[in-house]
Amino acid sequence: MTATDSAGSTAPQAFAEAGADAYAAERDTTEGRVYTVTGGDWDELVSSVDPVNEERLIINLGPQHPSTHGVLRLVCELEGETVRSVRPIIGYLHTGIEKNMEYRTWVQGTTFVTRADYLAPIFNETAYCLAVEKLLGVQVPKRADVIRVIMMELNRISSHLVALATTGMELGALSMMIYGFRDREKILDIFEAVCGLRMNMAYVRPGGVAQDLPVNGVQMIRDFVEYMPKGLDDYEGLLTGNVIWQERTQGVGYLDVSGCLALGVTGPVLRSAGLPWDLRKTEPYCGYEDYDFEVATHNGADAWARYVVRLEEIRQSLRIISQGLDKLEPGPVMVEDKKIAWPAQLALGADGSGNSLNHIRHIMSQSMEALIHHFKLVTEGFRVPAGQVYTAIEAPRGELGIHAVSDGGTRPFRVHLREPSFVNLQSIPALAEGGLLADVIAGGASLDPVMGGCDR
Amino acid sequence: MSDENRPPEQRKGLFGAGDSGDTSGFGGLVQAAPTAGEIVSTSEPLGGYFDEVVGALRELLGEDVTRAVVIDRGELTVYIAPDRTEEVCKTMRDDESLRFELCNSVSGVDYPDQRNRLHVVYHLTSMTYRRRVRLETAVGLDNPVVHSVTSVYPTADWQEREAYDMFGVVFEGHPHLTRILMPDDWEGHPQRKDYPLGGIAVEYKGAHIPPPDERRSYK
Repeated sequence: MTATDSAGSTAPQAFAEAGADAYAAERDTTEGRVYTVTGGDWDELVSSVDPVNEERLIINLGPQHPSTHGVLRLVCELEGETVRSVRPIIGYLHTGIEKNMEYRTWVQGTTFVTRADYLAPIFNETAYCLAVEKLLGVQVPKRADVIRVIMMELNRISSHLVALATTGMELGALSMMIYGFRDREKILDIFEAVCGLRMNMAYVRPGGVAQDLPVNGVQMIRDFVEYMPKGLDDYEGLLTGNVIWQERTQGVGYLDVSGCLALGVTGPVLRSAGLPWDLRKTEPYCGYEDYDFEVATHNGADAWARYVVRLEEIRQSLRIISQGLDKLEPGPVMVEDKKIAWPAQLALGADGSGNSLNHIRHIMSQSMEALIHHFKLVTEGFRVPAGQVYTAIEAPRGELGIHAVSDGGTRPFRVHLREPSFVNLQSIPALAEGGLLADVIAGGASLDPVMGGCDR
Repeated sequence: MSDENRPPEQRKGLFGAGDSGDTSGFGGLVQAAPTAGEIVSTSEPLGGYFDEVVGALRELLGEDVTRAVVIDRGELTVYIAPDRTEEVCKTMRDDESLRFELCNSVSGVDYPDQRNRLHVVYHLTSMTYRRRVRLETAVGLDNPVVHSVTSVYPTADWQEREAYDMFGVVFEGHPHLTRILMPDDWEGHPQRKDYPLGGIAVEYKGAHIPPPDERRSYK
């Protein structure tokens, strides 16, 4: 963390030595003196700044700071402890996902989008696959839809658990972090059993899902649905009545409905301001219209309200998952069209690799046409009719939109992710300016940004 | 919408490979690029709420506000002039019969075969009527200026910066149009189709880092 004061005084020698850093040396600039502070040198910094002549301090919070939810950089201009302006700077985690996708087939696109918002991979995949399916004009089988809903809601819980855990950690409630990550682990175990991976699964594919639930999958999910309410009671017991938690969150990071809409903020933050806008209800996809659940709202429009809304959304997700498990009926999980469906139904073999031995036997020794078909579909991919679509789903952080353009080829011509983290982060100045420095952290955490999604 | 009437470009080979010694036959593929052609309006009536939206827009801003109107896969796309984006968005947001309160997404698309190759696409949502509409405008490389809509939709701020960063579209009236995802001193606009994937050398703390494919010889 570095700090600049506006008058350009000289720092004490002891401080200069303590802050010696090969990468960010203290120096004078045209803007003033630059100090480097890492860890607990704040007393020295404060004592070296003349409080009368240098009243404005610019604090560079991040990009490597445990309280900024990843590589987010906030340039805060302080007057005493009051924040006069905040300028978020992003892009540190830009990996060119959208550009890369233009060089891969439509199916391979799922492995890229899943890495954008790494706490909500299933949502990225589903939004992308809905876009591809809309371009193709295909309808996925019912069982695939139900599995997608179950996986999305599990993912929503795990994402909200991280939101609660990290917010707790950033506000000093370390037990919440332990609880949150402990229970998220149970969901990651389910993901691992279902798709072999804990994160970045590329499980949802254009046309359905990569494979069916494992034999014990339904039971695992049922066990989790039974377990989770107890965990929620733990969090409520730990935080809801906690005076410190209330003081740190209530009235902090206020953003009302008109502010949210002007800044494009959606998801729990918009609902915490009182507008029950949830795409699962307002523009249902994947059969959400058949599920019975409530849209959680609150009138506080502050960090506290967002905490309450997220807790309630976890409860509602559990309801949806239970209903989804009851809706599961035997059937295919991928479209019948062999021109689109991935040729091999992958299964974990005895040798630990994910090949379907029956399929290998079929293409290697029975049918040359099947082999050719497999080869073409895997290397070249399928063609998607030209056109453009925009699909949006309700991700844990808000509206996740995919703008996909096809030129009729086997690779996306352009895919744009409307990432809720990216859009929501714009509201940090509106949340934090005029408040205290500590509330920048609380307000930012209540947005729950994920920089992997923000920067893509 | 493209002013050109030349036939669509053709692309050859799989993955753009023409000299790979590819014996599979894919290298011989010839494919038309349909994105190069003229944009053809859907014949009216359009059906659903589309007529209402387009009608209201024309009534308020004149018949010539829509350059083309396309319905594809149940989605409405209205093509407008690059210097009228702000005006159109303001009407879309404020008029009682339209009420598009939310600007969901601003994205760029580069169609290298068109003369006005840089497209900017706005997705708007009306929460009141539960409608969506897509506004699209196009500019050429010689004068890539689009009117910014940040005064109407503040949420477009970062998204227009991203479109500038990635495509080089200049948004007139934007409060601080700077790069957002790429470093401030980056050259070029990476999402353009003629910009390569990878292969860019960078300087980091005084050191020269060659692109990955040149770091070691694999030959």
